[in-house]
Amino acid sequence: MIELRGRGIVPGVVEAEALVTRDPISGFGGIDVATGTVIEPRHELFGVCFTGKVLVFPGAKGSSGWSGFFQSTRLMGTAPAAMVFQVITTKAVLGAIVTRVPTVVEATPDPLEMMRTGDLVRVDGDSGIVTILAQAARRRVSLNEKSGGASTPK
Amino acid sequence: MKLTDEELGMRDGAEGDAVAAAMDLLIRYGAALGAERLVDTRNVAGTMTQPSPAKAKLVEEGGWARAYAVINLDCDKDIEIPRMKVPTCQLQHGFGKDAAGLTAYPDSSIALQSDAESYFSERGVNILATCTPYQVGNLPVRGEHCAWMESSAVVYCNSVLGARTNCEGAASTGAAGLTGKIPYWGNHLPENRFATDLIRADVEIDTFQEWGMLGYFVGEQVQEARPAVTGLLRQPDLSDLKHFGAATATSGGVELYHMPGITPEAPTLEAAFGGSTVPKARTYGARERRWVYETLNGQGQSTDVDFVLLGCPHASLDQVARIAELLDGRRLHSGTELWVMTPGALRTMADRNGYTRIITAAGGHVLTDSCPAMSKAAPPGTRVFATDSAKQAHYLPAILGIEAWFGTLDECIDAAVTGRWRGDLRP
Repeated sequence: MIELRGRGIVPGVVEAEALVTRDPISGFGGIDVATGTVIEPRHELFGVCFTGKVLVFPGAKGSSGWSGFFQSTRLMGTAPAAMVFQVITTKAVLGAIVTRVPTVVEATPDPLEMMRTGDLVRVDGDSGIVTILAQAARRRVSLNEKSGGASTPK
Repeated sequence: MKLTDEELGMRDGAEGDAVAAAMDLLIRYGAALGAERLVDTRNVAGTMTQPSPAKAKLVEEGGWARAYAVINLDCDKDIEIPRMKVPTCQLQHGFGKDAAGLTAYPDSSIALQSDAESYFSERGVNILATCTPYQVGNLPVRGEHCAWMESSAVVYCNSVLGARTNCEGAASTGAAGLTGKIPYWGNHLPENRFATDLIRADVEIDTFQEWGMLGYFVGEQVQEARPAVTGLLRQPDLSDLKHFGAATATSGGVELYHMPGITPEAPTLEAAFGGSTVPKARTYGARERRWVYETLNGQGQSTDVDFVLLGCPHASLDQVARIAELLDGRRLHSGTELWVMTPGALRTMADRNGYTRIITAAGGHVLTDSCPAMSKAAPPGTRVFATDSAKQAHYLPAILGIEAWFGTLDECIDAAVTGRWRGDLRP
């Protein structure tokens, strides 16, 4: 088990699968609240549903409607199960509060480095600890690949 | 967070349940941000009248008090909503009666919003109904602490006016209106207002379109940071900086920029950086300009334009006048709609000056309160739209699933009259 330590800003404890993106998320024009899906065409998670997932992302971008859009996911039953993000902004912080899901910010080591989509994680918004309970399959980097070799790894 | 006796009293119910709920939210919010304290504000711009499916359900359950409690205060208790404690205005919201029948936007939403306007007007909310409150009755002064939302208004408020606001949301502005408080954090602190990045324009920034494209580049480059912008900048006007700021807050999350010699907190380049070392400039040249143009026009394929949208952010009176001048004596293409979005107060001026009559005679519509992106509504059957706004060109394809063209006002009017997109980047 790997523990990431940060600051809990919305209390509560939840265990769920992680959905990880390196792209900041936009509320207005970025998500569809009825389906809990990312709709920004150029986004890494375009078309992906975050409902019930631990949403791991760098931070919020775009319009000030951010918090209202994520609050709507709570009211529509499409909210993520928890949030883990790194960059503190008014949009993301207020958004996490009104979404009312356990939220940890500024965790180390960096969740974007340590976590992959599909990992089973526990987010503890009381203690500020994110625990990776089970890792999804990682793509292993072979020695051959590292050295630029051509042979196929088993 | 350190709280004053007055704030502790509010939290403990001295001013009623709604104020207590508002203070509870501000404390949770301020603590999560890491703010040391709250600050007094007498200038709040938020949103409470905009209809949404979630809000309609709450209103049905418990009226507007319930909707305000849940959405604007994050509170599930049954509480009465008193009059706002400090001056508070409603920003842009959904379409109003003037847009009825023009789109599939539901009449029930127009009626719901009208009902909300009555309820919140009685509680002291000024229904400015625009993304540009600074054009129509809410013009903050330099240094004033505000609690505003709407990213294009926030960046204008901080940068062009030198007032101080973070990019707030529906809940924090809802709480600020009832308490006159907001977390003293981020842009409210003088030390957080200096530039962090430098962008230099090496191409002439001399038109509305050029300002928007530069803004889109700046936002893309600096994301959430605070840029100083220098170079070949011709004196901008309100519309130029309205477009520029909205674009920086679209491709990025800029809330504050400086233009030495133009914006109030940057008399000089050195002042913009507060005496810190001025970083090496990132340049905006012909290649970068072309990249922005192609990015904004990367969402258009068909040149058959069925909808032209002007006034994002809401058009100034000058912009409306210019549109009327270009349309005088002409007729729109039979398959093409034209909407000009402007604040209700400026629409009144446009009526008085005859601009509305000219635009309407050509077949266009001068509309207020909203925009296609806010209301998720365009003329029925719209597949391809054209606009002079970098922000609307960026957002509308994602929101409505339509193609977009971005160009000059002249090109947009040409498209409205011919039904064809013939725009190109001038050399």
